[in-house]
Amino acid sequence: MPFIPHTKEDVHKMLKVLGIESVNALFDEIPSDLATASLEVFPEGFTEHEVSRLMMDRSPRLQPGLCFIGAGAYEHHIPAAVWEIATRGEFYTAYTPYQAEASQGSLQIIYEYQTMMAHLMGLGVSNASQYDGASALLEALLMAVRIKKGKAKRVVIPKTLHPFYRQVVKTILPYQELVIEEVPFCNDEGRILPQVLQEIEEEGLAAVVIAQPNFFGVLEDVDALTRVVHRKQALVIAVVNPLTVGLLKEPGLWGDGGADIACGEGQPLGIPLASGGPYMGFLTCKQQFLRQLPGRLVGRTVDAKNQPGFTLTLQAREQHIRRGKATSNICTNQGLMVIAATIYMSLLGAKGLRDVAAACHRNARVLKERLTQIEGVRSVFNAPFFHEFVIRLSKPVEQVVSHLSRSGIQAGYPLKKEYPQLGESLLVCATETKTDLDLERYQLLLEKVSYDERGESAC
Amino acid sequence: MSNHPSELYYTSTHEWLRDEGNHVYTVGITDHAQSLLGDIVFVELPELESDVDEGDEVAVVESVKTASDVYSPVAGEVIGINDALIDSPGAINRDPYGDGWLFRIRVGEEVQLDNFLDVAHYEEKISE
Repeated sequence: MPFIPHTKEDVHKMLKVLGIESVNALFDEIPSDLATASLEVFPEGFTEHEVSRLMMDRSPRLQPGLCFIGAGAYEHHIPAAVWEIATRGEFYTAYTPYQAEASQGSLQIIYEYQTMMAHLMGLGVSNASQYDGASALLEALLMAVRIKKGKAKRVVIPKTLHPFYRQVVKTILPYQELVIEEVPFCNDEGRILPQVLQEIEEEGLAAVVIAQPNFFGVLEDVDALTRVVHRKQALVIAVVNPLTVGLLKEPGLWGDGGADIACGEGQPLGIPLASGGPYMGFLTCKQQFLRQLPGRLVGRTVDAKNQPGFTLTLQAREQHIRRGKATSNICTNQGLMVIAATIYMSLLGAKGLRDVAAACHRNARVLKERLTQIEGVRSVFNAPFFHEFVIRLSKPVEQVVSHLSRSGIQAGYPLKKEYPQLGESLLVCATETKTDLDLERYQLLLEKVSYDERGESAC
Repeated sequence: MSNHPSELYYTSTHEWLRDEGNHVYTVGITDHAQSLLGDIVFVELPELESDVDEGDEVAVVESVKTASDVYSPVAGEVIGINDALIDSPGAINRDPYGDGWLFRIRVGEEVQLDNFLDVAHYEEKISE
């Protein structure tokens, strides 16, 4: 993308007006011995991310420390252009358009967002977003029950799904007279075994949720799980981190028929960590389930003069038309977050998303390798992972975490509260934002806390 | 003026019912209903061989304006559905009593036809 304002043609036109051959001719009154030497004396350029990091490190008042907490919300480098563009007046005030077609720009960006999201997930359609990942999953489950025409009222969610997502689902679904069953994970691998799903009762089963990567950062065997669920005539709902799809198989290709619905948290796509939100949920599905997909959908069409334009479409089941029987009564979309995500995806492109995912994975592998070298620190699960992993400490995890926090390292998310059976375990995340020095620093500090017996009393 | 054949039975929710003999009834929506809905773009039909109760929401007719439930006027087993509507739902607009039929039901017990409206009463109702 050209960020330089003058194209070659612009420059050529201006030179022509001035009647000179080249830009250098403008400077010919400067004695040649005063001209600079070649540019070779300058050091190599930095990437935008490296420059931001350098400035942050040099600023004594802006020391945010190093965050290794993931657990559903992830720190990523966000190109400055994302929020520069998203906060332009034309985008910034965009609320769900009530006189929709008067807001062609809003409709166009939603249309582009939907197109990108559907492509990314390998599925036919996407809505204009939900509040967050958890509410997107909730809508996906309700959708699945509608698709089964109310004959199947049981849904299965794995214990490897984010605990907050499970709480949201448990808060709402029972009031729709739906039954939630939880399936346990394999203690060695930290993921769901296909044979565990195999044992689920088929009668009345509407859908099974598969998280990829799961809450522990572990990669589930999505192909095998999808096949088992489809053999039971139930729908597969994928909960995915959209950034991983650059490297991993998209949900539309899971198993033999692909996941039926894919949803998740869109925060990794250009939305900063900011006290828990606002974030955005994405919700996509196979074309055949289009009419059960809640929320806004934008289509491309032509107007009376045959000019291309955008329009809200398939509104017949929305709440302002069908009230009591709408597909959902919580369909406000996260307009501004969608705009940021769309700009983020456009700027990075397919290759950029893949590179970010690869850098995250690489950093997480290096960090895991480093941390598990420390005496008393063990890896908990023996399975492939993306950019998060679980370690078990020989000291009380809360003490270690608060100790490291004082040195500017947010070490991770302690799992004790939600998973007491995992003991003194810590969920650690490393994204592309971390340098090798950062990873080393974490290792050295954790080493110090682990070895230093006096450290325990200091905690 | 809408067209409502005199040999059919009607409901206040705008379904029509045709006695096909042998305890079989065909169900559709009335000409009045289709004209209120406008261009019909999508139809959801009941499952073949499913058992339905009187008053069950068994089908959905969706137009550009709204999606409307169709209630089964009788209890019984669905023995036929009009698959052709999936590709050409507009048949309901063009020919609501012919090509636009929705489903057929075989009833277990005798249907109390007195419970339905005849054409005069139906037309009186919709003119209210």
